[in-house]
Order: sequence, then structure tokens, then C-alpha cells
Amino acid sequence: MSLRASLRQLSRDLRSQKLRTAFTAFGIVWGTVAVSLLLAFGQGMHAQLVKSSAGLGENIVIAWPSLTSKPFEGLGKGRRIRLDEEDIEMLRARAGGLLGISGEYASTLKLVYGTRTLAVDVSGVSPIFGEMRNLVPAAGGRFVNDLDERDKRRTLFLGDQLAKDLFGSTDPVGKTVQLGGSPFQIVGVLKKKSQDSSYSGRDEGKAFAPASTMRALTGQRYVNNFIFKAETNADTERLKAGVRRILAARHRFDPEDKEALALWDTTEMFRFLDTFMLAFRLFLGIVGSLTLVVGGIGVSNIMNVVVEERTREIGIKMALGARPSSILGQLLLETIFLTAGGGAVGLAISAAICAVFPESFTEFVGRPVLSPLVTATTAGLLGAVAIVAGYFPARDASRLDPVVAMKT
Amino acid sequence: MHVFRKRNGKGNGNGGPVIRMEGITKVYDTGKVRVEALRGIDLAIGGGEFVAIVGPSGSGKSTLMNLIGCLDTPTGGDYDLLGEPVKGLDRNRLSAVRNRRVGFVFQNFNLLPQISAYENVELPLLFGSVSAKERKRRTEEVLARVGLEDRMEHKPTELSGGQMQRVAIARALAMDPAILLADEPTGNLDSTSGGDIMALFEDLWRQGRTIVVITHDAALSRRASRVVEIRDGRITRDTGARPEGGNAREALPE
Ligand SMILES: Nc1ncnc2c1ncn2[C@@H]1O[C@H](COP(=O)(O)OP(=O)(O)O)[C@@H](O)[C@H]1O
Ligand SMILES: [Mg+2]
Repeated sequence: MSLRASLRQLSRDLRSQKLRTAFTAFGIVWGTVAVSLLLAFGQGMHAQLVKSSAGLGENIVIAWPSLTSKPFEGLGKGRRIRLDEEDIEMLRARAGGLLGISGEYASTLKLVYGTRTLAVDVSGVSPIFGEMRNLVPAAGGRFVNDLDERDKRRTLFLGDQLAKDLFGSTDPVGKTVQLGGSPFQIVGVLKKKSQDSSYSGRDEGKAFAPASTMRALTGQRYVNNFIFKAETNADTERLKAGVRRILAARHRFDPEDKEALALWDTTEMFRFLDTFMLAFRLFLGIVGSLTLVVGGIGVSNIMNVVVEERTREIGIKMALGARPSSILGQLLLETIFLTAGGGAVGLAISAAICAVFPESFTEFVGRPVLSPLVTATTAGLLGAVAIVAGYFPARDASRLDPVVAMKT
Repeated sequence: MHVFRKRNGKGNGNGGPVIRMEGITKVYDTGKVRVEALRGIDLAIGGGEFVAIVGPSGSGKSTLMNLIGCLDTPTGGDYDLLGEPVKGLDRNRLSAVRNRRVGFVFQNFNLLPQISAYENVELPLLFGSVSAKERKRRTEEVLARVGLEDRMEHKPTELSGGQMQRVAIARALAMDPAILLADEPTGNLDSTSGGDIMALFEDLWRQGRTIVVITHDAALSRRASRVVEIRDGRITRDTGARPEGGNAREALPE
């Protein structure tokens, strides 16, 4: 039979069994919308979680020197451990597997621009700090660099919120401000980012200067904390032990004394995040599969409900001379058509829902990411169910003598 | 190829019977009950005959008709249609026979309710792989032949019983079969539309078709060239070909 004749018959079959057509199409549309939205939101949420967590920097360790909690080699406990730039230098030289390390010298200083005055948390840091802590400059600016650090230049990098508070809509880069009574030049502004964890306020409200400059400006000798990162994540544990060992030997505290040097290993957070996301995806997968199963049962039920009507129709067609193979081929064509159509409509509906998804919600649950592949697969699976559910009754009917099928 | 033509009265070229049955039996065995619906039918129908099958209800008329139309399989016996044995034909060949050799008209019409009269009539042409152009021509022609040229886009539910039966007759005629079979075609109709349908059958017969009709209607059986009576699964009376009616073809110019 020619393709045109097949299509002509297709349109006839779809109309002669309106109930089946409508419900099968609905089942496939509903199933694909449900599953593809489910996975789209899961994907968006994952991306958002990763993005926010990475706001602080990926896989870094933050270290705070503190009070010893154990006596060691005749020294009592409660001794304050203080680290200066020499300690940082030594770690940089001796700790194995280190990608970068930076001390952080923090002060709250008065920042003046024109008529505005703000009290700002300023950190003196090394250039590598920007990279490790994900402080990406907005276009036209830069972070503190090596020359700044070497020459104790009075350069300043501003958090985006701080820049807005101080400069409004003016571009701050190149402007001079007064910081702690000295003139500083703004070299860059933080590019807006999501950040859901911090240890001393969110970066958007802070300012960053070269460590050397800050030490000279405030006379601060010891670091408040330092951050470091391993060359590969797998080395983080070994690197942490190495850092503890080197500092313990130099400052004579017990390497097992966790309080003398407190470490916050953010890779643990990422590990947790990975586990969480795995569980979350597993959950979505199960919910999605169940949705598919329910949809599949629905679709095959529809096929069974119409079996009698269909058997009678097949009987009439056979009496008029339709071949069994053409009846089954027509059924296949019909199901493929409904599946493709239902899948396309499902994809369109899902895309429309994602498109009108309010921007204000995306901060919390992320922007849903629609996967046409998922949609097509879902529609395909439901279509396969429809074919299997429709095929066997149709085949049985086409094997009957026409008069028997017609009497059903 | 499939053009309407005046038939020469012989369904097959050699002048033998178009339908020949020997010792045909049909047993329905539902497990609980066993019904011997046909108990040995010997019947030969020649090309151009107009046969009325009569008999009381439950005597096996429909069973016999379904076997003639290859809609059902006999339990025993031999059946040749147009000189060819039906036994042993595979399902695709049987489909082809039903499509081309016979047209079947049912008491309850058996139209597909959701599609138009036109589309119902076109169905056998689709199954017979007739080209689109030819399908259109033939569908319109047979619908006009039964007087429904202005009802083509109506759905069966929008037609009267008589009109539905005419759609069914048009559908049976679409592939221009040699044999037209009808199982109580006027059974569900009032007497006026029943009369119209009978006249239509007589007309079709006069054009050279072989026609077999089951009927309770004495008026219709009087129009036939031959009456076969069935009781209890057996032929109890057969008038044979009636000379005054049987030579209808001679009355027509070739
Ligand atoms: N599908 C069937 N299953 C069982 N018995 C049947 C079936 N079809 C017909 N019969 C029986 O066969 C006999 C002949 O039926 P049928 O050919 O329909 O008679 P008629 O058309 O002369 O009224 C009846 O006794 C009927 O009950
Ligand atoms: Mg009957």
C-alpha cells in the first residue's frame, strides 16, 4: 500500500477510534511532561547547588590557628599558636602537593569615597587567593597581582555589593578611595556570584588588598587564617596532614591537636553534595520510573478498554479484504504517530513551563534544564508500551475468521 | 483495469459454476454445546443467477452465507469459488478473495460509525491498493449508483437505515466483484426502503452480477431467478434456475 494510502487510513483509524486516540495521546503527553519536568528541575537544582557551593571556592581548605588543647613536650595547654608570613612561606616551600596557599590578614577599616564613608572588612591576601576563592573580576578589572604584592601597592579589589553602595552606577575601576587614611586605587570589582557559605561575611560586601600592603598599613603581623588547596582533590587529606606536621614541629604542638590548628575542609562539603545529589537523582529516577509505570499502565489500559471495539473493527476490515499484515502495520503507524505527536506536545508544554518559570525562584531551585533526549525517551517508552499493549489484541483479532471478530 | 462493465453472466471464463459446494458442514463447538449448523450442503450456483436463500430462523442460512463469502471456515467439505478451491488458501490470499471476488452486505450494515459514507466506501479500494485517482472515481461512481451522491460526507449516524444499507451496498460494489452476497439486507428496514433495496439488487443482477440474498421477504424471493430453502442445516428445496428470470442477460444488449 502506498504511503499516501497508509496516511489516509491512519487519519481514518484515528477518527474511527476517537476515545483511544484521545486517551493514548493524553497518556503520552502527560507522561512526558511529568518525567521531563521532574528531571529538568532536578538538573537545574543540581547546577544551582554546585554553583552556590563553589561560590566560596572549590575544594579549598581554610585554616585557623588557635589555642592548643593538649600539653606537648612540657608545654601546657591553652597556648596561643600564631602564624606569620614566614610560616606561610615555609608551607609554600615544603608542603607536598600544594596548588596554592595564601594568608589572610583581616581588618575592619574606614573606607571613604567622596562624601560616603563605610566601615569595611578588608582582607590582605596573595594573588592566588582570588583564584582559589573564586573571586572573579567583572569585565574591565583585575584581582590583586604579583607586582601589587611585591611592591606593596595600595590597590583594592571590591565586592560587587560594596562597589554599588559606594559608587552607585559609576564604574569604580581606576578611582581612588581613602582606606584607613591612605589612598588606594580600585583595580577590580567582583563579578556577581552565588555564594551560600562563608566564614567571615559574604565576598560581595568585602574588599581585598595585597597582604604586604595590609601588613604595612595596619602593622598586623599574624594571619587571621590562611587557605590552601591541593593539586588534586585526592591529595587533600595527605596535604592537610603535612600542613599540620610542619606547623606542629615549628610551633611545638601536638600534630594530633585539632584545636591548635582548626581546618575546614570544603571538599567534605562537596563530597556530601555529591552524595546528596546522587541520592536526589536516585529519588528522581525512582519517581520518574514510577510515573512511567503508571503512565504505561494507563496507556495499556486504554488499549484493553478498546479491544472489543477494535476487534469488531478489524473483523469488518478483514471482511472487506484487509490483509492481517496491513492491519498490524497500520496499528504500528498509528502508535508511532501518536507517540511522536504526544512526545512533541509534551516537550512543547514542558518547554513553555520552563520558559514562564519565574526568575525570582531560580535563585532557590535553579533554572530548570529541559532535556529533549529525556522527553523523547519517555515518549518512546510509553509508545513502546502502547505498541505492545495494542499489538497482541490486534494480532489475535486479525487471526480470527472475520465473522468471529465481527461478532465480538 | 477495474472498470464497471456489463458482465457476460459467467463469473469465470469456462462457464462452470461460480460457487460450488460439496458436502459442506459447519459445527459450532463452544465446549458446552455442540451445534451442527450445516449438515452437508451440496450447492452449485452459476454465473448470473439471482439466488434467494430462505428458511426459518436458526436454520443455518447466515452460516452458509459466511462460508460462501470466505468470512468463516467450514468444518468439512469442499468449496470452489470461481473454479478455485478455497481450502488451503493462506490468510493473505483469503483477504484478496474477499477484497476482489465477493462483495458482502450485512443485515446490520457493519459500517464504521465515526467516518463518512465516502470514507467507508473507499476502504476496500484502499485495501485493494487502488490508486488515489481511481479510488476517488470509483467511490463517487458507486455512491452515485446507489443514489447517495449528495450524502457522501455524512457519517452513518446521520443517515437513515435505508441510506446506511445503500452505503454498505456501494462499499460491496466498490471493487466491482463478480458476486454480491447479502444477508437479510432488508431485515432492519421499513418496507419502503426495503423495496428500494430490492429494486437495486434486481438492477444489479440485470447488469450481469451473480447475486445471493438471504431473505424472509416473499416479495424479494419472487424477484429471484432461483430459491433455495434451508431447514435444520440441510437444503430442503431448490427451484433450480428459473428460465423466465435466468435469461436476464439475453434481454440486455451486449
Ligand atoms: N458463533 C456461533 N456459535 C455457536 N452457535 C452458533 C454460532 N453462530 C450460529 N450458531 C448456531 O448455528 C445455527 C445456525 O445459525 P445461523 O446460521 O445464524 O441461522 P440463520 O441465519 O438461518 O438464522 C443456530 O442454531 C445458531 O444458534
Ligand atoms: Mg441469520
